[in-house]
Amino acid sequence: MSAETILEVRDLRVRIASRRGLVRAVDGVSFDVPRGGALGLVGESGSGKTMTLRAILGVLPPEAQITSGEIRLDGVDLVQLRGSDVNRLRGPKMAMIFQEPMGALNPVMRVGWQIAEGPQVHLGLSRGRAAERALELMRRVGIPDPERRFRAYPHEFSGGMRQRVMIAIALSCDPEIILCDEPTTALDVTIQDQILRLLTRLCRESGVSLVFVTHDLPVVAQVCRDVAVMYGGQLVERGEVREVLLDPRHPYTLGLVRSAPDFEYVRESLVPIPGSPPSLVSPPSGCRFHPRCAFAEDDCRTSETPLRPLPGVPGGRSTACLHYERTLEAVEADRARP
Amino acid sequence: MNRDEAAGPLLSARDVAVSFPVGSRVAARIRGEEHRLRAVDGVDMEMRRGEALALVGESGSGKSTLAQALAGLQRPDRGEIRFDGRVLPASRSRADRRRIQMVFQDPYSSLNPRLTVGGMLRELLRVHHVVPANRVATFSAELLALVGLAETDLAAYPRQFSGGQRQRVAIARALALRPDVLVADEPVSALDVSVQATILNLLRNLRDDLGLTLLLISHNLAVVRHLCDRVAVMYLGRIVEVAPTEQIFSAPRHPYTRALLAAIPRMTEGAADGSVPAIAGDPPSPLRIPAGCRFRTRCPMAQPRCAAEDPALAEAPGDAGHLAACHFAFVPAVDGETGT
Amino acid sequence: MSALQVQAEAPLAAGRARGRQARRWYRQPALMAGIVILVVVVGMALAAPLLTSYNPIAQNLNASLLGPGAHHLLGTDQLGRDTFTRLLYGLRLDLRIAFIAVLFPFVLGVVLGSLAGYFGGWVDVIIMRLVDIVVAFPFYVLVIALVFVLGPGERSIYIAITAVSWVAYARIIRGEILVAKRQDYVTAARAGGLSSLRIMGRHLLPNVITQAFIYAMSDIIQDILAIVTLGYLGLGIPPPTADLGSMINDGQNFLSTHWQLTTTPGLVVVFVGLGLSLVGDGLADLLRPGQ
Repeated sequence: MSAETILEVRDLRVRIASRRGLVRAVDGVSFDVPRGGALGLVGESGSGKTMTLRAILGVLPPEAQITSGEIRLDGVDLVQLRGSDVNRLRGPKMAMIFQEPMGALNPVMRVGWQIAEGPQVHLGLSRGRAAERALELMRRVGIPDPERRFRAYPHEFSGGMRQRVMIAIALSCDPEIILCDEPTTALDVTIQDQILRLLTRLCRESGVSLVFVTHDLPVVAQVCRDVAVMYGGQLVERGEVREVLLDPRHPYTLGLVRSAPDFEYVRESLVPIPGSPPSLVSPPSGCRFHPRCAFAEDDCRTSETPLRPLPGVPGGRSTACLHYERTLEAVEADRARP
Repeated sequence: MNRDEAAGPLLSARDVAVSFPVGSRVAARIRGEEHRLRAVDGVDMEMRRGEALALVGESGSGKSTLAQALAGLQRPDRGEIRFDGRVLPASRSRADRRRIQMVFQDPYSSLNPRLTVGGMLRELLRVHHVVPANRVATFSAELLALVGLAETDLAAYPRQFSGGQRQRVAIARALALRPDVLVADEPVSALDVSVQATILNLLRNLRDDLGLTLLLISHNLAVVRHLCDRVAVMYLGRIVEVAPTEQIFSAPRHPYTRALLAAIPRMTEGAADGSVPAIAGDPPSPLRIPAGCRFRTRCPMAQPRCAAEDPALAEAPGDAGHLAACHFAFVPAVDGETGT
Repeated sequence: MSALQVQAEAPLAAGRARGRQARRWYRQPALMAGIVILVVVVGMALAAPLLTSYNPIAQNLNASLLGPGAHHLLGTDQLGRDTFTRLLYGLRLDLRIAFIAVLFPFVLGVVLGSLAGYFGGWVDVIIMRLVDIVVAFPFYVLVIALVFVLGPGERSIYIAITAVSWVAYARIIRGEILVAKRQDYVTAARAGGLSSLRIMGRHLLPNVITQAFIYAMSDIIQDILAIVTLGYLGLGIPPPTADLGSMINDGQNFLSTHWQLTTTPGLVVVFVGLGLSLVGDGLADLLRPGQ
């Protein structure tokens, strides 16, 4: 593991036991997060992005299990650790921000103490010192009048303020990496703007790495340097964010970009992706996307499709598509149109 | 459908206000808040036949409440709503209800889980005598075909459909009564990105093919840009700007509209480098609406006049199609940056 | 109509989802046990004339207080009446009364609860104040008082129980409707110009009635107990009709010598209660939303 990488995920597989059978929620996902870097994980519902995040943090639901793979955080393989050891890492090493702050905050505990709890437990600070630290964090995340707000309860805060509280809690033990699960999806656009800017500023200032899960393409473009696109429990494309989104090399990425109404490019007609998401209990053979893909050929059905680096493209781009030139042609044709 | 040019708006609202009681009067007074939540606080607007108008705003703007009031599902405290020139009474007749139909945001709660699609359509068609009894089945099948579903889906229950398909069923239901106006309240927010396109395209085609008048409520300006001719921006219960879509995006006049546009994340912009956000702070509580201009507490251009006088929605000089509620909307000297 | 650019989606699994739900219910052991018990009990009650040739009220003083034997499965009571026969006929009567006695409060409570929940306002206030008045009295106090005033007999039992039990149903349904009426499909029905009556009956009730059914299961038990208690106190069905409650009362005097006279009717009541309870729990699990 290089000194430059804070998180290494190798061939992660998560299965969920359900009535319909064994759901292969995450099926062979590998990626790296550089120290101080921000990786976006993009996909729709059922793509496995949230399960991946939860697997890294070790907070999978009881019916879900990591069946194989490695998750190396700063050299330590989290999969091999027992529950209590992973617990010690949460806070000081890694933290998580959730989508719905109201659900993630304790409704009967004062906000200031919730922020102070981590430092008390993990860093061994005294109550007084922890409270001071909490106040300082509240100021850093832009909560006005922190002395008074310290004693407030979560329901007294607005959605945007609650999200700031969550960020403060995440930062409270100086983690190396913060995992974000759709943190701004439930927020108004002006508040989202504030939170995204806050997050990027804080990460830049403190050198914290980010893994940012979202379905919103422009958001991931604003926050992350790299992006990995997930479909059906697997990665289909990875690279620098603007390159992947504006110049995709996988038909699914292309489909996502073409079907989303974008504020800047007013397309004549949005092109939805035909078909429906794949069953994760018995996924399609070969490339999971092939039943919905306009460019599919015979080998798409039969061959495995891991991520392969794109030759001749600098900056570490990779794609899982066997025939990515066809996506390239489609992208160029789109651009040529007036 | 060339009645677009006919004189007079199809649907209009004059000084409509809707409020909800909140808790006790005494407690509210002690806290210095109002006892009623003014969700819609005096709105004037019009829609011409065949146009697609968007109501845009963030949470607390009152856009959903206004849409419900227009659709007759919420009783306004004051004001008048007219359809085709005629005032609509607070409690509407069945015939009036047919004219304006609604599609809701949540595909999972907007269909009765105990009724099949066919059953649901049949009930509406029969109660309103939309078609003679022997034609009900065929007409139901036609409605489903209109939204891209199969005739066999008539026998299915909502739980057998995906989110996108449910929205299509909801649209078919709304169209069953052959309305003049379709109100769509965040019709795609609860759907996956790739499915949104299907529904948006569907709405667009239905507009073109059936000449429907569409009122779209959305917080997503990209969706609005794709679908609508005119946009009305709402803030804390009032309309603060109205203009044709392209003008709103290229030359917004109200500071809130500008902030809203600036806040939209862009794919082309560099990683947000911690620069100043489009707008600071939280919106004021709707129980404590600021006196004077309600946006002044967050407005970069606020002046003493803004606290004293509440600006009315006024037309741009020389451009009756563009209205804004700001004292400095059309004054070139105080203009900050123009919108994106 | 021009061609619409709509993408075809995957075909529906029509009926498959429903089938899955139906298949599940016989996998629940508790529910199945309860159903078996009820089937046995109801079957025996219905088949009473076939299972025994004795007349439940015919007295035969020559054969009084016989122990269990070949001619009398459970012996006879002090008036020579066959215990087994009286058990079956008593069960038959009590089950019938209990079933009917649950029906009236169910209907009354559901109707009033729906009106209160849907319309709110003063309708709600009046109905809920009525509920408060009834609830202020303990169940048995009110039922016994009413039966006492109305005189013993089947009719009085129905009136008394209905007057007291409707409140639980009203509260349950009102609560469910308060929540359900906020669902978008109800708003859509209003937008569609459907009348309130139709919305309540066709759209709301079918979706909320399951909770009332589940409660009815435990209510039947309560009613059986009430009827048995009334019988025990001498306020139930007047003698000589066979009735589990009065059998328990009569048999008390012979507890040390012929204990089966009192205990067998008691065991029957317990058994029926068990069956109903299992079915009620099983239904509650099955009908829980989201499963």
